[in-house]
Amino acid sequence: METAFALTGKGYVLLAADTTAVHSIIKVKTDVDKIKELSPCLLMAYSGEPGDTVQFAEYIERNIRLYHIRNNFPLRPPSAASWIRRSLADSLRSRKPYSVNLLLGGYDTSTYMPHLYWMDYFGTLAEVPFAAHGYGSYFTLSLLDKYHDPEATVEEGIATLKRCIDEVSKRLVVSPARFKVKIVDKDGVREIEL
Amino acid sequence: MSIMQHNGGSVIAMVGKDCVAIASDLRLGVQSLSITSDFEKIFPVTDRLFVGLPGLATDVTTLREQFRYRVNMYTIKEEREIEPQTFAQLVSSTLYERRFGPYFIEPVMAGMQKTPAGGYAPFIAATDLIGCLNFAKDFVVAGTASEKLFGVAEGLWEPDLEAEDLFETISQTLLNALDRDAFSGWGAVVHVITKDKVITRKLKGRMD
Repeated sequence: METAFALTGKGYVLLAADTTAVHSIIKVKTDVDKIKELSPCLLMAYSGEPGDTVQFAEYIERNIRLYHIRNNFPLRPPSAASWIRRSLADSLRSRKPYSVNLLLGGYDTSTYMPHLYWMDYFGTLAEVPFAAHGYGSYFTLSLLDKYHDPEATVEEGIATLKRCIDEVSKRLVVSPARFKVKIVDKDGVREIEL
Repeated sequence: MSIMQHNGGSVIAMVGKDCVAIASDLRLGVQSLSITSDFEKIFPVTDRLFVGLPGLATDVTTLREQFRYRVNMYTIKEEREIEPQTFAQLVSSTLYERRFGPYFIEPVMAGMQKTPAGGYAPFIAATDLIGCLNFAKDFVVAGTASEKLFGVAEGLWEPDLEAEDLFETISQTLLNALDRDAFSGWGAVVHVITKDKVITRKLKGRMD
């Protein structure tokens, strides 16, 4: 079942999302990338209604890119989060709302601070030290309450992330086979092989 | 479960002697799952006026931005700050605009209103989600713990409390009501407003 989670550390944000595409009771694909790179220092993990997710994520991606091209400077994480929230909130009261839940991880190159935002399809926005979406959140949030350290090094952060993945794999009924993990820090975004 | 209870949260405002207080919890949840314990629901409008927006969290942010925009436009056009009484009407009409597809918020306002004599008088008000105003002389409550807040406030509040006593009364009222509500809690924030200053304090609460 669809699960995404993220945590912040000293100067970075780690995001993890499962890689399965499900249709009814069938796994159709096991290598889907559900974390988009919005700008040089901004990542977005998306989950929710199939179709809506990709459509909405691409809409956001293109508009963030457009801002970057027009202004020669990317939108900073708090501003990007506000804009994406407004898009979802407006969509909620439209004829056909997007049902997409998001985790937004970014590194602010102006203040040298990592930011992590939790957002649901209502357009509820909250800045958090760690976050999760989907059924996995019921296991991972309690783990992160105990093990999360905002001053942790990348290695320690990855260790905590592995605990979460292991717990989801162990306890969730239909657990995802693989997770894709990405990191964003002062050097930009990159994928991490576990 | 109603959409008004989806994210949880409560706000209360009280009148004192030459002061008013407004307080809220800090929880943001999704039904019974708590997401964060620093979700503020009370926002400053002017130096002497605060508005609390308990209800659906997405509308807390949307309305906060909406009110900020409208108050800024008012300030520019009128070349003066908005008075609490006027702001209450602004809140009411903003909500009634969405009469048949409302924002799921029950605003609470607290501030010091300018009097014709040149002094300041305490002002509190609340509305329902479609903007029906309620000007109270003692206290107003809203949110998931509103029934409990009514009960405790009815027992603890008394007229003409000084700022420090009002702070104690509103804090005890809020904290004790929150402990009986599963959807509110996780800490609280209290603002006490007098004619020349605002005292803001964060309260620690039960984290369960």
